Formats: sequence, structure tokens, C-alpha cells
Amino acid sequence: MKMTARFFARLTRHPNDNRVHWLAWALLGLLLASLPWLVAAGFGNTWLRILNFALLYVMLALGLNIVVGFAGLLDMGYIAFYAVGAYLWALLASPQFGLHWPLWAILPIGAGVAGLFGVMLGAPTLKLRGDYLAIVTLGFGEIIRIFLNNLNAPVNITNGPQGISAIDAVHFGNVSLARPLDLGFITLPPLVSYYYLFLVAALLIIGIAIRLERSRVGRAWAAIREDEVAAKACGINTRNVKLLAFAMGATFGGVAGGLFAGFQQFVSPESFGLLESVMVLCMVVLGGMGHIPGVIFGALLLTVLPEFFRQIAGPVQQSLFGSVLVDPESLRMLLFGLALVLVMRYRPSGLWPSPQRRREIEDVQRADAPQDVPVSPM
Amino acid sequence: MDIFLQQIINGVVLGSIYALVALGYTMVYGILGLINFAHGEVVMIGALVSYSVMTALLPSGMPPVLLALISVLVAAPVCMALAWGIERYAYRPLRHAPKLAPLISAIGVSILLQNLAMMIWGRSYHAFPDILPAIHFDIGGAQITLLQTVTIGLAALTMAILSWMIQRTTLGQAMRATAENPAIAELMGIPVNRIITLTFIIGAALAALAGLMVGANYSVAHYYMGFMLGLKAFTAAVLGGIGNITGAMLGGLLLGLIESLGAGYIEDLTGGFLGSNYQDIFAFLVLIGVLVFRPGGLMGERVSERA
Repeated sequence: MKMTARFFARLTRHPNDNRVHWLAWALLGLLLASLPWLVAAGFGNTWLRILNFALLYVMLALGLNIVVGFAGLLDMGYIAFYAVGAYLWALLASPQFGLHWPLWAILPIGAGVAGLFGVMLGAPTLKLRGDYLAIVTLGFGEIIRIFLNNLNAPVNITNGPQGISAIDAVHFGNVSLARPLDLGFITLPPLVSYYYLFLVAALLIIGIAIRLERSRVGRAWAAIREDEVAAKACGINTRNVKLLAFAMGATFGGVAGGLFAGFQQFVSPESFGLLESVMVLCMVVLGGMGHIPGVIFGALLLTVLPEFFRQIAGPVQQSLFGSVLVDPESLRMLLFGLALVLVMRYRPSGLWPSPQRRREIEDVQRADAPQDVPVSPM
Repeated sequence: MDIFLQQIINGVVLGSIYALVALGYTMVYGILGLINFAHGEVVMIGALVSYSVMTALLPSGMPPVLLALISVLVAAPVCMALAWGIERYAYRPLRHAPKLAPLISAIGVSILLQNLAMMIWGRSYHAFPDILPAIHFDIGGAQITLLQTVTIGLAALTMAILSWMIQRTTLGQAMRATAENPAIAELMGIPVNRIITLTFIIGAALAALAGLMVGANYSVAHYYMGFMLGLKAFTAAVLGGIGNITGAMLGGLLLGLIESLGAGYIEDLTGGFLGSNYQDIFAFLVLIGVLVFRPGGLMGERVSERA
């Protein structure tokens, strides 16, 4: 774990050091390219589906990471932007309105509209501090969900709680990803072609996120995160930069949402509840806020681990006690909750924080130590 | 007019429950600066424990009021012990961790409690037994039931006692000092850790009472009830200015009124375009509105940005 962590950290820190690392990159590329085949062969299509969802969550977590990790703005309604992207796709490419627009029209529109929603959320909340911001964004997310749930009367727009079904699959011209894709030398099953699509999208988003972090805007975000007043004094237009953070994060969410709708071919308000927002936030914080590899790791872990619990919770009980004593679904969530508490207790800065941030936190803790309220047993 | 008055009565009942729960959020926030996300689940556990005690004792033929009293006497210690455990094991180790860590831990506790409750009480909705006879009084064309009267009265009494305790007793003084500055309070000889634990425990006792009230007034209890209730109560606390005791009471009452009036009149206001299923939106819209103009909440101090 530590070895691989260091290895990947070096990968991301010295992208130009081709001499040492081209082989590592090639290996990583080969692994990513062959992963769907390995997973499908080894674990079946269920896990391939989960892998696809993991990639969607990577995109979401990276989007939220811009707002929470880079700019330090606690957003607890992030899933709203995912919902906006998904519903836009659903409305523009389904029998709901009889529209069947192509990918390159919908995806930019979805991203743009989600970005607009991001600004809509950001604008009134510019002055709010941490926890107030958290509750307002949470409320915003709920408002979006309630509207999606109820906009079926008097004019039916979202089809209410039933959601929108029969959404067009992702397609390029006449080539639909929902059917096996014949490339001449190989035929890709739908799940695999979606995997490659999501992988490309996720890699693109990772690239953008890395570039953003190192850009002028990225440094401005970091400055605001560390001390907003000081950032302002340094001549940073905090208003615009914060709005940009909300917009960028929302855009990523919108793209992921669109892809989700095209993949699932069904959307309903149920997929966009508060628990989903919380889940994405957990991915960011658990992985290591503001640290891109950490966030990716967090997203993968929190998608795969609960599914793993789901798969084994029943059979393990069966073999241990001879019968299923506890509902596997609640057992897995129980373990998930417990895991959150334990990870935060023993790794409060996340499982894989950026080295710089870890140092800062250790410094702060050391500086705090003398005036510490002693924890005495009572 | 009578519909208006009726909605006001319903709003005050809902609001007093919100206020009781909001107090738990606001006291903890005032001292630790922590959103105790698990507080809503403590209310839920309180409601379900009272439900279990009451249904278990129902065949004994005791008068329902006595049952309610016994159930709250059982539920309150359970909730207090729970809050103690949460504070001790999920929050205290994180007191100097980065800001988001306790929040995630709180979310974890919340998920854990919800699923624990689901394992114990199952997924179904439990019908709460009637505590008080279905008597109602007429006021100006509207009706208020005995249960609603008792709920409002009991909530008011509890809050009065709490205010007195915080303003007049040594414990209250210690709590206020800890909220002001834990390090200095410690130097003044205040056992800060004990005060923090006590704050959690007092909040949990209020939560147990609120749980019984929710169950009795809406005749239903289930494992998922704490979530939305907690969210609304927290909204109420923020509305009033989080960390402020009077603010929490005011915010709770206001939120209850806004919701019930909003749900009652939204169809008329929008010409039937939006129905009462938009009830939940009001809470959040009002919250956003208030915070845009008064970022510190209604009763909150104007917090200057740290330099």
C-alpha cells in the first residue's frame, strides 16, 4: 500500500521524467485497457457494471473535490448537479418529449446547464461560512430533488417519482453502445464499450483537474481555502474565483450525470437523494481532500467496498450461523457507517492525503498540543 | 379564518418539536462548533424505544398517560447513554482533527444508528398507541386536541427549565464559559470534558422527549424518521442563529409555522400549480433567504471574518 502510494505519487509529481516511468505508464495503460475483460471473466457482469459506476463516481468525486478540496467550500448538495445532467440527457434523448438529440449536443448542454446551476447556488451563498454553507447547499440539493419528484403535474416534465425510462443509450451516429460493438478484430459487449467511454471521460476529467490545480485559478482556490481575507488582500477576486469553483465542480457533475443517464437508460429522483451527496463527500474526505490520487482512490474504494459487503454479507452469515440472521443490506450499511467512524478516528486527514497537507496537519496538531484540552477518563 | 388558525395551531405543535430537537443541535454546536449529524437518529431511537416500551406494557392495562411517562423514563436514559457513547468514541478523539473529519464521523454514526434501528425494529412503520383520550377544544373555529395542548405546554415548560438552567445555575454558567472559550474555561477550573459530555446528554434527553412527541402526534415511528426531522431541526437552529439557545427555540417555532402555513396555502398562492407536496421546499427556501440577508441567522451575532 505504502509502496504503491509512493509510486503513484511520484508518477503524478514527475510527469516529464519519461526515462524512468514510461514503462510504468504503459503497464498502467495496459491494466486499465484489459481490466473490463479480466473483471468480466473473473467476477461476472455484475462487477463490470460496478466498475462502470466506480468510474462515474470518480468523475463525481473529482468534481466535488474542486469545490471542497481545492476551494474549501463545503458543498453537501453536490448530487443536484449530477441530477441536472442526468435529467437533461433524459429529457433531450427519450420518448418523454420525443427528442433524440445526439451526444455532442446533449453533453455540452448538460455540462453548461449544470455549471449554470452551480453559479445559481454559488451566488447567494458567497458570504456564508463553513457550516452555514453546508446546510444551504444541502437544502439546495433537496429542493432540486423535490422539484424532480413533483414536476409531473400540472405539466408533465420529469414524470415525477416514476422517473423517465427508455432513454436513448449513448450512441455515435448509428453506432449505439447498448448493442455489442463490432470493431472488426474484436466485438465489445455493451458494458465493455461503456467502460472505455467512461474511462476516457474520467481520464479527461483527471487531466483537467490536475491542470486546474496547478493553474493560476487553482492557486487562487488554495489561497481562499487557507485564508479568504488574506487571499482578498492579495488581489484575488474572491467572488469570481469562488463562483468559478462552483461552476467547474457542477460541470463535472453534469457530465457524469449525462453519462449515467445514457448508461442506465433510466433516471428517477430516487437516485439523487441526500445520501448520494453524502456518499460523494465521503469519497472526497475519506480519500484525502484536495489530493487527486487520494480522491480517485476514495471513489473506487467506496464504490467497491459496499458492493463487496453486499455480496458476502449473506453467504458469510449462512456459513457462520447456518442461516441469514441479519438483513444483509442493513448489515452492509452498518459496516459502512462504522468504517467511516473508524477511518476518521485513525486517519483524520483521509486514507491518502497529499504529503503537504499531512505535514500541515501534523504541524497544527503539534502547535495545538500544549493548550490541548486533556482527554481525561471520567 | 378557521383554516388559518388551524394551520397556526398545527404549526406551533410542529414548531415546538423542532425547537426541542434544534436545542440539541445548537447546544453542541455552540460548544464544539460541530454539526452533530447523529442527533436526528437519537430522536428516532427515543421514539422507537418509547414505542417498544408502550406496546410491551399495553396489555397490563395501565392508564396510557402512565405508560407514556414510563416510556419516556426508559427512552431518556437510553438516548443519554447513546449520546454519551457517541461523544466519547466518535467525536472526542477527533476534537483536534481537520474540520471535516468530525462531520464525516457524525455521518458515519448516523448511518450506523439508522441501520442498527432497522435491524432491531425492522423496516415497517410502527403505529404508535394513543396516549391521551381524543378530546379537542374549539378555539375561534379551529380545533386543538388535548394531545396538542399537552405537547405545546410540555415543550414550553422544558425550554423554560433549560433556559433557567443555562442562565442561572452553575452548570449553565460553566456551559456558557466553555462555549465562549474552552481553553480559558479549563484554566478557570471548569471540567471542560465533563461539561461537553453533559451538553450531549442534556440534548439527548430533550431528543427522547421530542421522539415521544413526534410518535404521539403523528402516530407513527420508523427507523428512517430521524433523518428528515434532524435536517429540519438543524435548519431551524441555523435559522435562529446556530449556537444561540433562544434562537433555536425561535427558529423551530418559525419553521413549524412556515411549513404548516406554506403547505396549507401553496395551492392558493400559485393557482394550483404547486401542491402541498412542495412543503419541504419552504423550510429550505426560507433558510436560504434568511441567510442571504443575515448570514449569521436571525438571532446570531454578526460574526466578523477572522483576520
